[in-house]
Amino acid sequence: MKIFVDNRPFDVHAGQSLLQACLTLGFDLPYFCWHPAMGSVGACRQCAVKQYKDEADKRGRIVMSCMTPVTEDLRISVKDAEVSAFRAGVIEGLMISHPHDCPVCDEGGECHLQDMTVMTGHNYRRYRFNKRTFRNQYLGPFVNHEMNRCIQCYRCVRYYREYTGGRDLDVFALRNLAYFGRYEDGVLENEFAGNLVEICPTGVFTDKTLKHHYTRKWDLQMAPSVCVHCALGCNTTAGERYGSLRRIVNRYNGEVNGYFLCDRGRFGYEFVNHKDRIRQPLARKNGRLRPVTRSEALSQLRSILSGAKLAGIASPRASLEANFVLRALVGPERFYAGVSEAQYRLTAAIIELLKTGPAHTPSLREIERSDAVLILGEDVTNVAPRMALALRQSVRQAAFRLAEKLHIPVWLDHPVREAAQDLRSPLFVAATHGTKLDDVAKEAFHAAPLEIARLGFAVAHAIDASAPEPANLSEEMRALASRIAEALKGASKPLVVSGTSLNSQEVVDAAANVAWALCRIGKPASLSFTLPECNSMGLALMGAKPFVEGMEAVRNGEADSLVVLENDLYRRTSRENVDALLATAQHVIVLDLLANPTTAKAEVVLPAGSFAEAEGTLVSSEGRAQRLFRVYAPGGDVQESWRWLRDMMAEAGRQEATAWETFDDVLGSTAQAIPAIHGAVGAAPPATFRLAGAKIPREPHRYSGRTAMLANISVSEPKPPEDADSPLSYTMEGYPEQPPPALTPYFWAPGWNSIQSVNAFQEEIAGPLRGGDPGVRLIEPRPGNGYRSCVSEAFVARGEAWLLAPLYHIFGSEELSPWAPAVSELAPQTYVALRPDDASRLGAEEGQEVEVQWNGTAHRLPVKFRADLPAGVAGLPVGLPGTECAGLPVWAKISKPL
Amino acid sequence: MFSILRTLWNILLHSFRPRVTIQYPDEKPYLAPRYRGRIILSRDPDGGERCVACYLCAVACPVDCISLQATEDEHGRRYPDFFRINFSRCIFCGYCEEACPTYAIQLTPDFEICEYDRQNLVYEKEDLLISGPGKYPDYSFWRVAGVQIGGKAKGESEREDAPADVRNLLP
Repeated sequence: MKIFVDNRPFDVHAGQSLLQACLTLGFDLPYFCWHPAMGSVGACRQCAVKQYKDEADKRGRIVMSCMTPVTEDLRISVKDAEVSAFRAGVIEGLMISHPHDCPVCDEGGECHLQDMTVMTGHNYRRYRFNKRTFRNQYLGPFVNHEMNRCIQCYRCVRYYREYTGGRDLDVFALRNLAYFGRYEDGVLENEFAGNLVEICPTGVFTDKTLKHHYTRKWDLQMAPSVCVHCALGCNTTAGERYGSLRRIVNRYNGEVNGYFLCDRGRFGYEFVNHKDRIRQPLARKNGRLRPVTRSEALSQLRSILSGAKLAGIASPRASLEANFVLRALVGPERFYAGVSEAQYRLTAAIIELLKTGPAHTPSLREIERSDAVLILGEDVTNVAPRMALALRQSVRQAAFRLAEKLHIPVWLDHPVREAAQDLRSPLFVAATHGTKLDDVAKEAFHAAPLEIARLGFAVAHAIDASAPEPANLSEEMRALASRIAEALKGASKPLVVSGTSLNSQEVVDAAANVAWALCRIGKPASLSFTLPECNSMGLALMGAKPFVEGMEAVRNGEADSLVVLENDLYRRTSRENVDALLATAQHVIVLDLLANPTTAKAEVVLPAGSFAEAEGTLVSSEGRAQRLFRVYAPGGDVQESWRWLRDMMAEAGRQEATAWETFDDVLGSTAQAIPAIHGAVGAAPPATFRLAGAKIPREPHRYSGRTAMLANISVSEPKPPEDADSPLSYTMEGYPEQPPPALTPYFWAPGWNSIQSVNAFQEEIAGPLRGGDPGVRLIEPRPGNGYRSCVSEAFVARGEAWLLAPLYHIFGSEELSPWAPAVSELAPQTYVALRPDDASRLGAEEGQEVEVQWNGTAHRLPVKFRADLPAGVAGLPVGLPGTECAGLPVWAKISKPL
Repeated sequence: MFSILRTLWNILLHSFRPRVTIQYPDEKPYLAPRYRGRIILSRDPDGGERCVACYLCAVACPVDCISLQATEDEHGRRYPDFFRINFSRCIFCGYCEEACPTYAIQLTPDFEICEYDRQNLVYEKEDLLISGPGKYPDYSFWRVAGVQIGGKAKGESEREDAPADVRNLLP
């Protein structure tokens, strides 16, 4: 389609708004209320352009570009004097009450309002009257509120209420006093509230964790990173200053996280700066761990390694490369995956299902575009939060279809919502308890894990009669299954979501059967599994042996020493098992970031680099291999795990280790040795990549203080550290051109200092990044056939015992993020969840302690009522300190203590 | 021949002219108040630190010789946790003063900061902070900023209405 902008012809895609087209073409057109993920509402009147009837029309008329669809031969002017004056006038009006805060505002330097004000040329205040003011609210440990700065663009409430489904942020009062906040002070309830920081075009909502160590965007040394707090692999930009990690912002990846992150990913980073970080090698002397120098540690390792029969415990939160060097150190025969038995079997089964079945694993963008979803046994919001946000968008597909039928452009947000009202595409949730997605679900089914699996098998059978049918189905379940089957069959892009949360093979099999049945009747169904940790998929692809075999090998003397890579074994199996394992092993060498119960029992502890201090490849639950880069060179003895393991190999006299000088050497060997992850090499350009002969700077060209920041130590500036492992450099010098997307350290474009500069990096607004979205998919389906056989045994509640089902908390269940003070503030204390009627049967009030016995151990836990649990099922939160939760669900006895 | 004689004559005339060179350090030269010498950090009329740690001086500095870290007191007043100028790199261009939105950083007519050891040219906040407002006796950024600090609640800055009652729907 051809349009004319200021009499120059341009080719644009049909079906988008004029604003989107102009931004794609690179015109600097200011806007506030429009957001690429949320469409247009035409509220701020800032994106005005002049539209002409035809070539002869010289007068034209002013239109809002965000509300105007592109049409063939459309003639507009962006530069016209009248329309420029109009835009400057609008911004002058918006700025009337904007306070004189920029110097103390955290948004300053990356403020969309600043950018737009400069862009329109409004630079002098003429308004001489009083400004309106507001009181601020406490909104929790993540988001800071400063309402005076508001320009009433309504983006925050549109995002919070309409996009994320939050209920507790709204607009109050009227006219120039419109107030955006909560009814009363309190923590924002939504898990995606942190995105308000980027959604807000000015400084009303800012990052409160950044405030504690505030740094301007231009002063951050940044690198492309990948979130390590769940398995989805959201792309992030991590920023450092003065040797500490300062913040995480979203890094757009069209296929993965798009414009948004969850709060765990955004605010969980502070574990990197924790005072309990292991920063130098520790060795046990006279029964106590003491700091030693690097050379002392290595010489001690040399004596341990000579003649030792090593077993290696790999980690689902360490990179592929670190795990590979461990595998090389101990040998593939003694290379064990440090995950629970159930997780090990399930991830292996999931890979098998994804590789052999016809259903493919969708990216988050594809999930967003699915038009019928069945969630089997997952509390997605708490396990893989960003996916929950994508699923919430998927229910709008029906609205988009309707809008198309009514000839309403899908980006015209309010008309689409008005037309659709409560029309949603079907989403079914089957979980052991209520989930946050239930409010958009067509039906929510709460039952024990086995029943969830049986429902899944029944749905598969209802779709394709050749799929096995569970016996003894109740009429209700059969009816529900057929309703779900009808909805999935009626969809054009059905999706089945399941995962490892319930530790249930049956649930995973049932999910596969549903997706495969859909494929068999000709629907392009996709099948998504959530996994617990950032590299669970990668570790499973490496083919490590199960942890139990490792414990067995130590017990029977096949191995006498352990090398534990970034893994707290006490999270993987029962306390006795780990105690016995660590006591039997003659030497225990642990590499980790933070002090934990496993490091406390080690003989030698080596300080491993966190995600911000090490480069590596992680494989997301989608099967996408993504590279993350060092943000800064860690000081002291901290180094990447793979380097420590390589040094250990060198100490042990292993010649092959000497060839692994740089990251690319290790990556090359990894890919060569393990064909399943061969594609990981292509996740990012190699370290030899240069842009116009130069490395890509991690620091923005306005980075300040280079000759002063270390002057207190020595006035002679040291040479910046060199990075032989990546094409990025620790400097601000480089060629001013956009690097390839996998190497983009931060988004910035001339005139666009805010995060919205990502517009200039996309092929098309809200489309893929220029050069393709980063990441390489490692798992593609092969058209297979055959169903998984189903379980027929129904779940029967036992009067005297409860099935203890795992409950996940977005803040608390994951291992690393609770080390961040802001996240730990929101993490709950451990408890046991009981139905109120069960609790009253026990005579326990809410908050009272009861004794819960499982696997031969007794725990005293306070009771929390959850009416949404099915009969005979109790809930236990996973990962909180104070309880062992590997191997849930289990049958437990609950009694009131005397 | 003539030019040589003219040169000699000119030199002779110069010996009767007033002398430009002064006997520094016994005699001090006059320096205008806006001379760009040693940098100081000033205080506002109330005696509080003027610097709000906005980082604009640091980013304006062409030789990157200013580094600081922002922090806040318990009432939300922002100030630099540390503020460092490496005078061995400073070129006294005055861009920092020009960039400063609060008149905190000022250049003074003092140039006598030579040192035998370069390390001594690294000035910390204690070395930079003076006790008065410097060239701008009346200005206080906090009186015009919209944020709340200790001793100044919302709506108490210059040209501000009292905080809105957001429960009120009257037109």
